[in-house]
Amino acid sequence: MKDKYIVSSAPHVHDKTTIPMVMWNVVIALIPALVFAVYYWGLRALVLTLLGAISAVVTEAAIQKLRKVPVSVSDGSAFLTGLLLAYNIHAGAPLWLPIAGSVFAIAIGKQVFGGLGTNPVNPALLGRAFLLASWPTLMTAGWVKPRTGTLSGISNVDDIALNLQSVSPKAYELVTGATPLKVVQSLRDSSFVASINSSATEGVDIANRIFTNITEMNSLKNLFWGNIGGCIGEVSAFALLLGAAYLLYKNIIEWRIPLFYVGTVFVLSFLFGPIKGSGYSMMLPFFHIFSGGLMLGAFFMATDYTTTPLTKNGRIVFAIGCGLLTMVIRLVGGYPEGVSYSILFMNVMTPLIDKFTVPKAFGRIKK
Amino acid sequence: MRLRTFPGGVHPHDEKHYSASSPITLAPLPAKVTIHVSQHIGSPSSPVVAVGDEVKTGQLIAEASGFVSLNQHASISGKVTAIDRFPHPCGTSSLAIQITGDGEDKWVELADEADYMNLSANEMKSRIAAAGICGMGGAGFPTNVKLSPPEDKPIDTVILNGVECEPFLTSDYRLMMEHADEIISGLKLIMKTVNARQGIIGIEANKPDAIALMEKKLKGEANLEVVGLKLRYPQGAEKQLIYAATRRKVPAGGLPMAVGVVVQNVGTAFAVYEAIRYRKPLIDRIISITGEGIKKPSNLKARIGTAFSELVEFCGGASMEIGKLISGGPMMGFALPSLDASMGKGSSGLLLFGKKAARLLDEKSCLRCARCVDVCPMNLLPSLIASAVKYKDLDKAVEAGLNDCMKCGSCSYVCPAQIRLVQWIDTGKIRYAEAQRAKK
Repeated sequence: MKDKYIVSSAPHVHDKTTIPMVMWNVVIALIPALVFAVYYWGLRALVLTLLGAISAVVTEAAIQKLRKVPVSVSDGSAFLTGLLLAYNIHAGAPLWLPIAGSVFAIAIGKQVFGGLGTNPVNPALLGRAFLLASWPTLMTAGWVKPRTGTLSGISNVDDIALNLQSVSPKAYELVTGATPLKVVQSLRDSSFVASINSSATEGVDIANRIFTNITEMNSLKNLFWGNIGGCIGEVSAFALLLGAAYLLYKNIIEWRIPLFYVGTVFVLSFLFGPIKGSGYSMMLPFFHIFSGGLMLGAFFMATDYTTTPLTKNGRIVFAIGCGLLTMVIRLVGGYPEGVSYSILFMNVMTPLIDKFTVPKAFGRIKK
Repeated sequence: MRLRTFPGGVHPHDEKHYSASSPITLAPLPAKVTIHVSQHIGSPSSPVVAVGDEVKTGQLIAEASGFVSLNQHASISGKVTAIDRFPHPCGTSSLAIQITGDGEDKWVELADEADYMNLSANEMKSRIAAAGICGMGGAGFPTNVKLSPPEDKPIDTVILNGVECEPFLTSDYRLMMEHADEIISGLKLIMKTVNARQGIIGIEANKPDAIALMEKKLKGEANLEVVGLKLRYPQGAEKQLIYAATRRKVPAGGLPMAVGVVVQNVGTAFAVYEAIRYRKPLIDRIISITGEGIKKPSNLKARIGTAFSELVEFCGGASMEIGKLISGGPMMGFALPSLDASMGKGSSGLLLFGKKAARLLDEKSCLRCARCVDVCPMNLLPSLIASAVKYKDLDKAVEAGLNDCMKCGSCSYVCPAQIRLVQWIDTGKIRYAEAQRAKK
C-alpha cells in the first residue's frame, strides 16, 4: 500500500488550550475592572490603559524585530503586561507615564531575558517599581476622586466628629484627601495621631473614630465596589473577583496562590491590624483584603505562570510569603501598600522555593 | 454509587460515540495471517514450525523461550509460507510467522471441562500458559507469570480493568456488554489461581450501562464488586487503578503484588475463561476500528495476525483522506506508516484520523504554567525532566524522576505551548537505557 501517514510519538490528541487563549482570556477577565474605572474616572482611564497596552505591544514587536526573532505579539502576553502596568497607575497621571512604564516593563523586564517564559520577575510589576522610583510624586500624588464618592471611601466625614473640618483640619484633610490605605497608615503613626488635636486624648479618640468608620460597613461597601481613590485597575474588588471567577472556572489560574495569599492577609490583618485603642474586629480583615492592590495582585499578578513556583507546595509557600510581606509593609513599613513589592520579592525567591519543594513521586517513600 | 478516582490526570473528550453502539461483529476469515514471535513483554517465542508445514487453527507454532515468554498459535489453518521480518503493530518490524490459509479453518481439538471451576490452581495456570495469554490491555505481560507471585507476596485482591480510559476505544466496553458472564467466570478463575479473597471490576462512569449490568450480575456475590470510577485518564494505568479502587499505593519501582493486588484486563479474563474451560488458545480478540476516518466504525472479533488493511476494508474503508493511523489508543498508541502491519494480542484498536487531526503542532517556549505538574499522575515535574533531557543532562533527569514516568502522555496533552514533554522524557529513557548498557 502506498499510503503515507504521519508518524509521530504519542499522544496523538491535544487539549485545545494554547498560549494565546490563556493570555487573551486573562485580558477578558480584566475588562470588568476597566469598565468600573471608566465609570468612576471617565474616558481618561481608558486612554491611559490603552496607551499602556499598545506601547507594550509596539515595544515587544520592535525589540523582536531587532533581535531577528519571530514577532509574537499576537499571543497577547505583551498586551496583558501593558494592561496590568496601566492598571497600577491612577487616573490623574500624565499620559506619557504608562508609556514609559510599558516600555521599561517589556524591554528590561521581559525581552532582555529572552522573552516569554524567561523573565525572573513580573514585568508589569517591575515597570511599576521603575515608575515609582523614577517619578514618585506622579505615582503617589494627585489622586482623582471617583465620580460618586470620596478618596478614602468615608462618605460622611461629619459622622466622625461634628464639623470635623473645624475640630481638626489635619484629620479632615486626611479623610478627604487620601486613599483608604494611606488613611490607615497615617493612623498607625503616633506622631501623626499626636498632631491631630492639641489634646492628646482627643487626638487618639478622633484617630479611633476615623479607624472605626473606615472599617465600617458603609465604607467597606465603597471599598468593595471601588468607589474610592486608587489605581485604575485595582479599586473595584467586585470587578476583579468577577474576572477571577472566570479564570478559575476556565482553569487558567489555580486556587492555591490566591487562596493562601488572601488568606494570609486576612489572618494577619485580624491579628495585627488594630491600631492603639481599637479592639479586634471582623471588619478589619475585609478592609485589608478589599483595599489597595490585593485583589489585582493575588488573582492576576501573583498567579503569573513564569514568575511563580512550579510545584504545588511551592505555590503555597510563595503565596504565604506574599501575604506576610504585604502585611509587614502595610503595618510597619514606609509605604501604605506593599502588594507589588511583596510579589516582586517572592518572584525572586521562586527558583529557591522550587528547589526545596520538589514533590515525591507517586509510590516513593518520604525521606 | 460513589465514584472513585486518583490524583492528577486529564480529561480528554472520550470520543467513544463512533463505535460504542456497534455490537461485536465477526471479521471474515483472513486469507493470510502474520503472527509475531514478540507480542508481549519478555523474550521472543521460538518458532516450532518450518516453512511449508501444514498447521491447524490453534496449533502451537512458537513456544515460550523462557519464564517470561509466551506461546503463539496458528490463528487459521493452512500452510506456513514465511518466517521473516514483517511490520509489527508497534510500528517497527520484527520476526513473524506467516500462514497462508486453506479457507477451511480446521481446528485442533478443544475440550469442554464441565468442572472447570474446581481445577487446581496449578492446572489452571498451566492451561493459561499453554494458551499463550498475555495482558490484552496493551502492555502484554504474560498472564501466567503475573499469576505466579513469589510465596512471600500473597495476593488478596484481583482487579479487573474495565476502565478503557483511552479515548475512542470500545473493545472492552463491548466485551463487557456482550460477555459479562464469561468475564465474571474469568475473574473467579483468576482469583482461584492466586487464592485472592476479593474481586473488583473497575469501570469508568462513561459506561453506565456496563456498570449497571455488572452490578446486576454480581448481586449476591459477597466477595465481588463493581467500582465506578470518575472519567479521567490514565485511570486504566495499573498503579492509578489500584489506588482509585483500593487506596493502596504501589511503591515506586515495585509491582502490584507488593500491595497484594493483581490487575487483569477484562479481555484477558475472557481469554482466561476460554483457555481453562475449553483449552482454547488465544487466537482472536476484539479490536475497535474507529475514528473520524473510517466509514463504518466497528468492534470486530478478529483473528490474531489479520492485516490491518483487511480490517479497514471490512469496515467500508476510509471515509476521508487519512492523515494518521494509530495502533492502540490516541494517548499511548503507535502511529503506523502504513496499513501493512497486522494485529497482535495487544491490539485493542486501530484509529483513522483525517489530515487536520493528524497535523503536528509547533513547540513554543515553556511558560512555566505548571499544567504538566498539576496533571502528572506520578507527581513528577515533567517540564523539568523534559528540559534536562533536551540539554543532555541525564543525571538531572533521573534525579527529577525520569524512571518514575510511565509515559501516559498527560503532560504533552495539556501543554499550552505544545511542548512534546512525554516524547522528550521517552527520549531520555532510551538514552538512559543506552548509557546503562554501555556501562556494563
